[in-house]
Amino acid sequence: MNAMNWQLPIIRRSALTIWRRNILVWRKLIGPAIVMNFGEPALYLLGLGFGLGFFIGEMANMPYLTFLASGIIASTAMTTASFEGMYSVYTRMVPQNTYEAILTTPLDIDDILAGEMLWCGTKSVFSGIAILLVAALLGAVHSWHALWAIPVVFLTGLCFAGPAIIMSALSPGYDFFNYYFVLAVTPMFIMCGVFYPISTLPEVMQSIVYLLPLTHAVELTRPLIAGNPVEHPLLHLGVLAGYTLIGYYFAVVLTRKRLIV
Amino acid sequence: MQPIVQARHLEKHFARFTAVKDVSFTIPRGKCFGFLGPNGAGKTTILRILLGLSPATGGQLTVFDLDIQQQAREIRRRIGVVPQQDNLDPDFTVRENLQIYASYFALPRREIESRIDRLLEFAALSERADAKTEHLSGGMKRRLTIARALINDPELVILDEPTTGLDPQARHVIWAKLSELRDRGTTLVLTTHYMEEAERLCDELVVMDHGLILDQGSPAQLIKRHVEPEVIEISGELPDSSELEQLCRIEHIGRSHYCYAHNPRPLLDHLQNQQDLIFLHRPADLEDVFLKLTGRELRDT
Repeated sequence: MNAMNWQLPIIRRSALTIWRRNILVWRKLIGPAIVMNFGEPALYLLGLGFGLGFFIGEMANMPYLTFLASGIIASTAMTTASFEGMYSVYTRMVPQNTYEAILTTPLDIDDILAGEMLWCGTKSVFSGIAILLVAALLGAVHSWHALWAIPVVFLTGLCFAGPAIIMSALSPGYDFFNYYFVLAVTPMFIMCGVFYPISTLPEVMQSIVYLLPLTHAVELTRPLIAGNPVEHPLLHLGVLAGYTLIGYYFAVVLTRKRLIV
Repeated sequence: MQPIVQARHLEKHFARFTAVKDVSFTIPRGKCFGFLGPNGAGKTTILRILLGLSPATGGQLTVFDLDIQQQAREIRRRIGVVPQQDNLDPDFTVRENLQIYASYFALPRREIESRIDRLLEFAALSERADAKTEHLSGGMKRRLTIARALINDPELVILDEPTTGLDPQARHVIWAKLSELRDRGTTLVLTTHYMEEAERLCDELVVMDHGLILDQGSPAQLIKRHVEPEVIEISGELPDSSELEQLCRIEHIGRSHYCYAHNPRPLLDHLQNQQDLIFLHRPADLEDVFLKLTGRELRDT
């Protein structure tokens, strides 16, 4: 009886009020946020970059530290947006009833989720900048050209926000998110070229891995950080944009189903 | 004057049950209109339909002469809402809660600060403006929620059980604030299962049960229509109720007995002679109407 509302969402300027709300909250908790942003990537780059890098030397014609840093920038955009889209969005959607309060104002679910996605992208950018700084300090970045990675990180955040919010809309509780991390986030982290070139994988796996968005995010960030020309930029951007739009659409439809009853 | 809300034959079906059945009502401007009913009667569902947060399965609803299905955003721009459970934003202070909420209405920044000062004063929270909401008492949270509902200077304020869970002092403060609002011309719509609240605040109300409207009118009209004006409550074991039944209409719940009569004199005389009965003589009130219309059995919903 409770028919799904498949209507296409409308993106309006009011989405920015949700983005602004989140940034105001983030500003209050800026201390721990910055420790997270810098601490984790610094550990990866120091530990793996220098530790493994000592044995590996170069990978795909670049120092391993650069190879790793460019992968970690993309994968951190993924994990940042996924965490935000699941734990934080779910908290506001269900236990905290924040959306319930917002829905009695002129805002719709379309606006709320567009704002949440923009915020996920923004948070990914914060973490991306932190890694870029750490990598530059460690001597892994050689040109200002690397700043082009920042818009890519933003798009990567948007791209992973949608599926994460879909999980929130479907989730009966926080434990549910373990499925998504174990079945989606972690496999992409390991398989999508963050730590080694995809070309070393068996061919069947390569074709699967090419369907996953993180692969395309890495394919964009790596040459940008290393100062090499990007191959097939439109294909990679298109895949990320496609995941973003489809993710947003289903996130809106499923959240409507959960909240507008 | 144009009514503020007009509902015709509203229906709301869920997969397993029907929450609202053929409900029609008209809410006049500047009045306090109440939905009175036990838990599960369909009151909250009607409020959700009114806000466009629950699509009705059937019927028509206009608010401010706008159609809820087409113009829900425009309608919500002019409504304030006090939900059943406080959903203040725990990440913000009292003042910030109002500022953030104002931003959702895209209100001009210049106007907002002075309006927030006035609302904090109205809610008697000026001194707690910088407190985190988690440190507020239940009554303060409610007052802040009411202040938040007024941030857009609404023509209509919807309150879902505004005083449930509050202590008597806090409840009286809320009632005073709501009367003040109504006196200023704001239309109030509230749900409640407290008769005292309905009787004090509502100019007009509907009594609902199982998704149906059982009756509607002013509290006085409803009392007059459904019950005898005088009630004598007797507690204890009745020696012989058949004699009493000649004198009044009588209902029993456990060891309490409610006698309804137009003229209580003969009954009172009769009771004076019974030594060990405790009884109370009072005018009939909404609770009597409510129990008569919705029955006395326990609700477990």
